[in-house]
Amino acid sequence: MIRRDTIDVSALPNHAFGSRSIMWWSTMTIICIESTIFVLAIAAHFYLQGNEETWPPPNTNLPGVLWGSINVGILLVSLIPNELTKRAAEEMNLAKVRLWSVIAVACAVAFVIVRALEFRQLEVSWDSNAYGSSVWTLLGLHTVHLVTDLIDSAVLATMMFTRHGNEARRFVDVAENAFYWYFVVLSWIPIYVVLYWAPRWL
Amino acid sequence: MTTAGRGIQSALEPAGMQAEKIADLWQFFLVVCTVVYVLVIIFLLAALFRRRPEIVPKAVSPRVRKAVIAATGLTVITLFALLTASIFTSRGIADVPDRAIQIAVMGRQWWWQVEYDDRDKSKRVTTANEITIPVGVPVTLHLRSSDVIHSFWVPNLHGKRDLIPGKNATTLTIRADRPGVYRGQCAEFCGYQHANMALWVTALPMAEYAKWLEDARKPSKIPSTAEERKGQDVFMNSPCPLCHTIQGTPANGKTGPDLTHFASRRSIAAGSYPNNRGYLGGWILDAQHLKPGAYMPSIMLEQGELQPLIAYLESLR
Amino acid sequence: MSEHGADAGSVHGAHVGTVKPLEDPHLKVAHNGPYRLPGDESLHKQLEKTWAPAKDRFRWFKQVDHKILGKRFIITAFIWFGLGGILAALMRMQLSRPENTFLSPDQYNQIFTMHGVTMMFLFAVPVMEAVAIYFIPLMIGSRALAFPRLTAFSYYMFLFGGILLYVSFFLNMAPDTGWFTYFPLASPEYAPGKRVDVWGQLVNFTEISAIAVAIEVIVTVLKQRTPGMSINRMPLYVWAMLITSFMIVFAMPAVMLASNYLALDRLVGTHFFNPAEGGDPLLWQHLFWFFGHPEVYIIFIPALGMVSSIVTTFCRRQVFGYTAMVLSQVATGFIGFGLWVHHMFATGLPQSGQSFFTAASMMIAIPSGIQIFCWIATIWMGKPVFKPPLMFVLGFIAIFVLGGLTGVMLASIPIDLQVHDTFFVVAHFHYVLIGGAVFPLLGALYYWFPKLTGRLMNDRAGHVSFWLLFIGFNLTFFPMHKLGLIGMPRRVYTYHPETAWGQLNLLASIGAAVLAAGVITYIVNALVCAKHGAVAGADPWNGGTLEWGTSSPPPHHNFTNMPVVSGHEPLWHAPEHAPVVTGLASQQKEVLITRAFDAEPDHRYLYPTPTPWPFFTAVATGAIFVGCLFTPWAFALGLPFASAMAIAWFWPTTPKKEGEVPEDDGSESSPPREEALA
Repeated sequence: MIRRDTIDVSALPNHAFGSRSIMWWSTMTIICIESTIFVLAIAAHFYLQGNEETWPPPNTNLPGVLWGSINVGILLVSLIPNELTKRAAEEMNLAKVRLWSVIAVACAVAFVIVRALEFRQLEVSWDSNAYGSSVWTLLGLHTVHLVTDLIDSAVLATMMFTRHGNEARRFVDVAENAFYWYFVVLSWIPIYVVLYWAPRWL
Repeated sequence: MTTAGRGIQSALEPAGMQAEKIADLWQFFLVVCTVVYVLVIIFLLAALFRRRPEIVPKAVSPRVRKAVIAATGLTVITLFALLTASIFTSRGIADVPDRAIQIAVMGRQWWWQVEYDDRDKSKRVTTANEITIPVGVPVTLHLRSSDVIHSFWVPNLHGKRDLIPGKNATTLTIRADRPGVYRGQCAEFCGYQHANMALWVTALPMAEYAKWLEDARKPSKIPSTAEERKGQDVFMNSPCPLCHTIQGTPANGKTGPDLTHFASRRSIAAGSYPNNRGYLGGWILDAQHLKPGAYMPSIMLEQGELQPLIAYLESLR
Repeated sequence: MSEHGADAGSVHGAHVGTVKPLEDPHLKVAHNGPYRLPGDESLHKQLEKTWAPAKDRFRWFKQVDHKILGKRFIITAFIWFGLGGILAALMRMQLSRPENTFLSPDQYNQIFTMHGVTMMFLFAVPVMEAVAIYFIPLMIGSRALAFPRLTAFSYYMFLFGGILLYVSFFLNMAPDTGWFTYFPLASPEYAPGKRVDVWGQLVNFTEISAIAVAIEVIVTVLKQRTPGMSINRMPLYVWAMLITSFMIVFAMPAVMLASNYLALDRLVGTHFFNPAEGGDPLLWQHLFWFFGHPEVYIIFIPALGMVSSIVTTFCRRQVFGYTAMVLSQVATGFIGFGLWVHHMFATGLPQSGQSFFTAASMMIAIPSGIQIFCWIATIWMGKPVFKPPLMFVLGFIAIFVLGGLTGVMLASIPIDLQVHDTFFVVAHFHYVLIGGAVFPLLGALYYWFPKLTGRLMNDRAGHVSFWLLFIGFNLTFFPMHKLGLIGMPRRVYTYHPETAWGQLNLLASIGAAVLAAGVITYIVNALVCAKHGAVAGADPWNGGTLEWGTSSPPPHHNFTNMPVVSGHEPLWHAPEHAPVVTGLASQQKEVLITRAFDAEPDHRYLYPTPTPWPFFTAVATGAIFVGCLFTPWAFALGLPFASAMAIAWFWPTTPKKEGEVPEDDGSESSPPREEALA
């Protein structure tokens, strides 16, 4: 019988937060993928702009800034419950997680409602010209991105009210989901600038 | 004016300044790359079959390490040499005087429309699938497309250049240095009949070119025999004029090739078939069989109409 | 625990002198490998039970084991490869003589498009990922691939995409505008009908699948390496897959964005690529090649890793210049994103920019060159054993170097302007892709065949198939260089007798027959030997990396005792005395998560059990894609269904009774965000 040394890992925890967890790494990878999509879509937008004398093209109005700007506000406010959800999850405080994750979801719902108004304010249809196609698609991409994360957050929030809520890995999921929300907010800022302010400034 | 035989569509038998420079560059790359390839294979075989000690040495021999570093250094130097040569050739082929003949070429599914511009409208010449140029004079081609992307390529004269719809014309300046006939072909996949979208470039000495241009500016020949006159009637009363123009007649359709000097062309259907009575008859009656998918419809003719029609078209010199 | 890690570190640097010769009777009889010793039998039985795959009637829809899914992935990819090959044979028949009427232009255009689409989207990238799905956990000493249910999902997406493509082919609805689908040829005006839409949705299927696997590979490689395997001790193949996966993460989104712009232009009337309304056909080309060029390296870099594995084993020593190899691959990964414009030289972009892309395109030859030199140096210092896997590697070097050199030629703008879109390019990229990727792949599958099946392939048949492939390949593709130079464009269904292309085309077609004979020999060899080959044992080649440290094929849990490694080739350094990991639960599917760089043990994580929900999610997602061939409402209508399936997938299944040992809660992550990419 060969004697061999061993490394005993039985004392290790069965979960970890942040960059120690595999959820954090997969979330980061997904952020890379989605960032690439946004960057390319914005690059394509400017590429199309390069073909035009004026931007937006003649006979097309600039989009109104009201609802888009309100949405910036909503997203910035949503960072507060989001951060509190994340902290509560890391402390594994179920009651707090329940409270703040519901508020965070409410913020996202408000955002989606305002987004619907935002589409109406674009002043151009997707099939009128390439400019219209691009602004609709940029806004649409971010909306799809947002709605998926909203569904994700809502499911997780619901789960926290069930008997599955009080588990370590569930708190990790909540924390990583909150981390991802930062990206949702962050990715809106450049798109907001490109859609509403770039044509006014440039 | 004879076809050069094997090399009528070849980058390896340059007949123009640009193609010549590219062929020289190609030769340089070929020699360098062949040497590199042979060296790599020699070292690989030596590594495989060299006599070696019984026991595999533990450490990495410093000589091997040096050899790998040297090979990497040589790679960098070789690439730099190739890059330099390539940039010099790029500049060389772009270095042509401005005073060039201007020709507009429009790519269409699946043929080429060629227009010789002139300030005097009556002197403009429109033809199809054949470009005639003088030897030794730079000719600037303004390339546009009316439908999808095509690519203009006559390898004996120059590399290719894409024709992109909706964009300003791209330009390509060529200079033929030897008289002759050179074949070219669309080089960007453009749909159904991409394979049959060829063209001919004829390079003539200056004097002959001037004569050609003068003839090309004339309207079409008036039918001289009864048969040709009948053929003209058949043409004008068929759907043909809807798409084709014959200068000097009421036919002024724009979607198909201009037929004013049709009989002087080498081939029909954009280089698909030789321009002779047999193929021409087949082309009129059953274009969809000869070039499936082409926009030329198969034409229904009455008994006894085909021969006069062919006679008329063959008279359009 | 940490002092053990330090101990393990000190063993690093053990040298090649301790390597055993290839024919070692002691190792040949070792069927279980050094990490399952006679005293481990009860532990082994328990783990087999815990990690057992689904066994019921519907098991096919439920499996989450990376080995089962990896094998399925490989076999499926090879089925598409076979179909793509048949299409190639049809093209070679059509082109064997001028003015041939064997195929109509419509058939030919569909066939060459299908060939390209099949080989690029359904074979080359998936098969490389498939091999990784099977081998990465084994090579890094882990019990599983991260996110097993996502692996299952990506397999079904891949399968459905391929079925969509071939069903449309048999319905005469296959894409016919080339695998690159340039606009405006692919616009609704010039391509009415559903053919181009099929292309767009196929891209969605395959790229979702590819991206999902890339995420799994990145997380697995970074977080599940066994203790001791710090990042500088990873096998080169694992490095290659890590770099490839990162490239997928940054390249594939470009083609997904492009294909969805394509779908929008065709389905709801947007104008991204319509020049009449401010769109731009060149935008398509930029987006497509921003993906399309890295795609080549996504196919090629895994093959480099395979070559390193084979060279190490069959030259009986560590690869020369490990660090140089890794850095070269990283450099290739970066430079690969800076070359896309060299596909567009003929469009007439500004001169200054073009010179930059020429320089970048030539520069990428440097890391490739370094790797070739390192392998030659390894062979030089090692002791080559001429088994078929090594033959495939030698064939790879001979073919790939030539393809690389023609690549340098193509980087030169003047030369490119002549040979772009001609058969010269066809020759070039078949040298690079068949020589650079398929030869190593066939070598690697020959090499790893015993691990997949427990049996060895037949060496004599292996040599025969290699020589048929090598000779057939060169006969087919070498003449194409000349064809391009003497004026033959690509993608032509016929040519004229006056062009003098007939003889070389005939030669190429004869070569294709030899090539096909080689492929058939290889596949028959594999099929026969899977049942009747010699029994391999754990380590028939005396390989040095961890996949050879477990039985062939491996048990469900991969390793009974998790290995602790102390060098690049742990099995060459008395592995039966090396320390092992204990303390992972045997009653639950527990996986050890380690730190990203030094692989220090960090925590234990529960992995999910078999489930059919990924299958149903794939069905719902696939229904959206197929529906989007016809109406954009399919997206809105299908999304709730797909979401419901995904929620069912992620909903935990903890038992209700208290006090019971928690079996497994089944979830692996929050809901997938891939829909956002659709």
